Amino acid sequence: MTGPLIDIRNISVGFTGKSSATLPVLRNIDLKVNAGESIGIVGESGSGKSTLALAAMGYLKSGLRLMEGSVAFQGQDMFARTRTELEQIRGGELALIPQNSGQSLTPTLRIGAQLVEALRLHADVPEAQYSAKAIELLGQVRLPDPAAIMTRFPHELSGGQQQRAAIGMALAGEPTALLLDEPTTGLDVTTQAHILELLRDIARDRGMAMVYVSHDLGAIARVCDRVVVMYAGEVVLEGSTRQVLKTPIHPYARGLLASIPRLSDPRLPVALDGRPPAPGGAGQGCSFIDRCALAQDGCRTSRPDLERLPSGEAVRCFHYQEAHQLSLTGSGAIPASLDGASPSALHLDYLAISYRRPGLYDKVLGRDSAGVPTVDGIEITVAKGETLGLVGESGSGKSTILKAIAGLLPPSGGKITVAGGQALAPEVEHRSPDHLRKIQLIFQNPDDSLNPRQTIAQILEQPLKLYFGLTGDALHQRSAEILDRVRLGAHYLDRLPSQLSGGEKQRVAIARAFAAEPDLVLCDEVTSALDVSVQAAVLDLLNDLKATQGTTYVFVSHDLAVVRALSDRVAVLYQGRLCELGPSADVYAMPSHPYTEVLLGAVLEPDPDTAPTLSADDVVELSPPAQGCPFQRRCPRKIGRICDTDTPPWQQGVKDHTIKCHHSIADLAAAQAEGAAGQRA
Amino acid sequence: MLAMLLRRLFLGLVTVWIVSMIIFAGVEMLPGDSCTAFLEREAKGKLLENCREAQGLNRPAAERYFDWATSAARGDLGISANGEKSIAELVGDRLGNSLLLAACSLALGVPLAIFLGVVTGLWRDRPVDLAVSTLAIFAMTIPEFVSATVLILVFSVWLGWLPGIVLTSASAPASEFFPEIILPVLVLTMVMTAHILRMVRSSVIEVMAGDYIQMATLKGVPYWRIVFWHALPNALLPAINVVALTIAWLLGGVVVIEVVFNYPGLGRMMIDAISDRDLPVVQAIALIVATVYVCVNLSADILTMFANPRLRTLHMRRG
Repeated sequence: MTGPLIDIRNISVGFTGKSSATLPVLRNIDLKVNAGESIGIVGESGSGKSTLALAAMGYLKSGLRLMEGSVAFQGQDMFARTRTELEQIRGGELALIPQNSGQSLTPTLRIGAQLVEALRLHADVPEAQYSAKAIELLGQVRLPDPAAIMTRFPHELSGGQQQRAAIGMALAGEPTALLLDEPTTGLDVTTQAHILELLRDIARDRGMAMVYVSHDLGAIARVCDRVVVMYAGEVVLEGSTRQVLKTPIHPYARGLLASIPRLSDPRLPVALDGRPPAPGGAGQGCSFIDRCALAQDGCRTSRPDLERLPSGEAVRCFHYQEAHQLSLTGSGAIPASLDGASPSALHLDYLAISYRRPGLYDKVLGRDSAGVPTVDGIEITVAKGETLGLVGESGSGKSTILKAIAGLLPPSGGKITVAGGQALAPEVEHRSPDHLRKIQLIFQNPDDSLNPRQTIAQILEQPLKLYFGLTGDALHQRSAEILDRVRLGAHYLDRLPSQLSGGEKQRVAIARAFAAEPDLVLCDEVTSALDVSVQAAVLDLLNDLKATQGTTYVFVSHDLAVVRALSDRVAVLYQGRLCELGPSADVYAMPSHPYTEVLLGAVLEPDPDTAPTLSADDVVELSPPAQGCPFQRRCPRKIGRICDTDTPPWQQGVKDHTIKCHHSIADLAAAQAEGAAGQRA
Repeated sequence: MLAMLLRRLFLGLVTVWIVSMIIFAGVEMLPGDSCTAFLEREAKGKLLENCREAQGLNRPAAERYFDWATSAARGDLGISANGEKSIAELVGDRLGNSLLLAACSLALGVPLAIFLGVVTGLWRDRPVDLAVSTLAIFAMTIPEFVSATVLILVFSVWLGWLPGIVLTSASAPASEFFPEIILPVLVLTMVMTAHILRMVRSSVIEVMAGDYIQMATLKGVPYWRIVFWHALPNALLPAINVVALTIAWLLGGVVVIEVVFNYPGLGRMMIDAISDRDLPVVQAIALIVATVYVCVNLSADILTMFANPRLRTLHMRRG
């Protein structure tokens, strides 16, 4: 066969809006994917990247329709085929790996049944061999004990295992092209790195083409040969991965790259202000004009075409030759940090938390049901004005610790004291109004934490009335001031949360916390639900508030680069136990705890010249070991029996950098330097 | 798993026990007792005292509750206040008749409701959905006695096809209730079908919009296989509980229908017993209906647990 495998020509997809006008979600998109080629589609939420990938399968979500253009797979128009023909191709020659496998696997069917179904529909295998073939596929996606996985239901697998099972299912029909819709979003860093390596290997071995949709430039850098950048339903830049990530010539791509926090750069990322136009909201001109630093009058009146350059790139910008003026990396603010000694704002004294409460039966039988606590032995002091970052994978107990500090989850052992050495009551009901005011919590998802039926004014007025007894004009004026502080105007006061964008909602959530004039703000994954360009703005805001208000933060995130950008000190947690604690520059540099080393090694930078180091497997542990080091089962630098039986001691590094390990600091430094040298060689 | 079943069973027994106390207390608080009802105007002085002594009504309430509860637990519901007849025998016939009515209505209504619910869910907002959903709203909102009367008017008065009233005696065997039972079954079916189908419809719509249905489509699974294999097992789970509530309603709450059609079921017996002040019978029926509610809901929960892998493994892990 000659010509591209997937040939998308000038498609536009839209839906019918309230005013019965057709609003475009995709506008005049051309995309060609050759056999064996791997293409990344990058963009923020709402850019139409998933819609484009699904359109390649001849599938549009309900409500959407094809306005113009054609999609051909192996030379045949996908939108002109019958349902039976499509059923043949989908899952066969052209397979999808979905975003959230937990929700994309049918909950009432066993993994084995779903795999066998895929084989029955698409594989050229006799029926008697279905189950053997299914087990083989599960083995190929590196699932341990495939025969046992066959009999499991989807909810009995971890997120990474579900994703592997979905990949196995996609491979059942021996596809020539794989579409991947954010396949690693929501997975832990180590799991993500492992899944990406698996996908790279499989695609290379089978010569499969891949269309990889993601907002994560790090993942794209690792997997793709070519990258397409989408903005507001248009392709704005296309080129080789190196061209797009190293020397992008579109202002949006440069802004996007600059807004990504990086491990290697302690400065704050630069926010891309504004928001993309809603479908149908782009005027006659360039859709990026409102956020573009290079915009001129001409950009407003006519829409630039996608211009193909001799270098192989394609760009939709009148002024792409000037784009190199825009900075690519953090010229952002230096994180505010305190200098000199400061009194303690929060002290966790051997904090232990157990989710299991002794039940009636346990009490009757006199059983000790508490078992191994979920979180144990947390001993940290946070100085006033300092930001403490808590990092770790899911299940590391970082959010649990925040809940205990906030009083939502009473600890089973240890004490929490605030400034002045006052102990906090374990339950929030028993805390004094003053303590309640001084500690504020900001949640991950503002959609869940803001009451959708209250206006922004009502939301902000609650703490003001409760803690300061403000009424009338004073109340209104204060609410407007607080909104102004999070860079939202007073005209937002009458709006409902549903009328705000994700970033604006999170600003309101931040404003609500700061309305109480707290001493200590607990941030639980506050940027995880946001797009990178918006995330940068929120980080900048938090940093600003810290500088002006002297607030103390405890900042929890699974994203190591985000934590680095904001934190003075970082604590690394595994299975609810501390592994490493110290100033962020020291924690992010070697020597480090073997777990920190694994975590840092798995982080993907948006740079095609870097590769992750996978030194431990990504097995999910459900509960911490009863004794010894919490990381004993996965540790790549395990010494031996001592790690299983003895709790590791704190090894003192420079300044107040400490590592909880049986290896001495010097040993770790030597081993890790050797490892790094081996990598380079 | 077993521990969890035993726990639920134990909680069910406790519920029935508490309900029995409430029933007893409620009847106790009513002015008058079965003696005042039995003796009517003669209920005073020596005669009343003798009657109360004969029936043991002058003993303390706690003692009488204990006697009643223990014998009820053994299946002995006492003796009806006026007829000297064993309540177990009286109620037994009526319970059988109510079960017959419920079974017929369920056999007709549940499959019909699920079928219509799936059809309306799959063809959402199409003519078939609009027609069926509109009819269902009518069936739900028109009071039962109105629809019963209309059916009697049409099928028995005008057309003369079916008897409009049940004349068979309460203790007759089940076969003799045909064809008299047909009209009451139709009315009950209408009401319950409407309820169940609306629930099934919304559940089907929700499941069909889910990620795993999109995934199955993009895996190349044929449409009808998606419907039967991927969607329905998930969409029908919530129906189990609605059917259970319907069963409980059919066995204890269809008083109006039984009165309109003169059907000798539990509900009508309850009404009669209340107007006769036959308090032992009232107590017995209330207790039976409560027990049925508990049993049916318990079975529904257990069934849901078995049908839903998520719940099943959750309880297995807990032991």
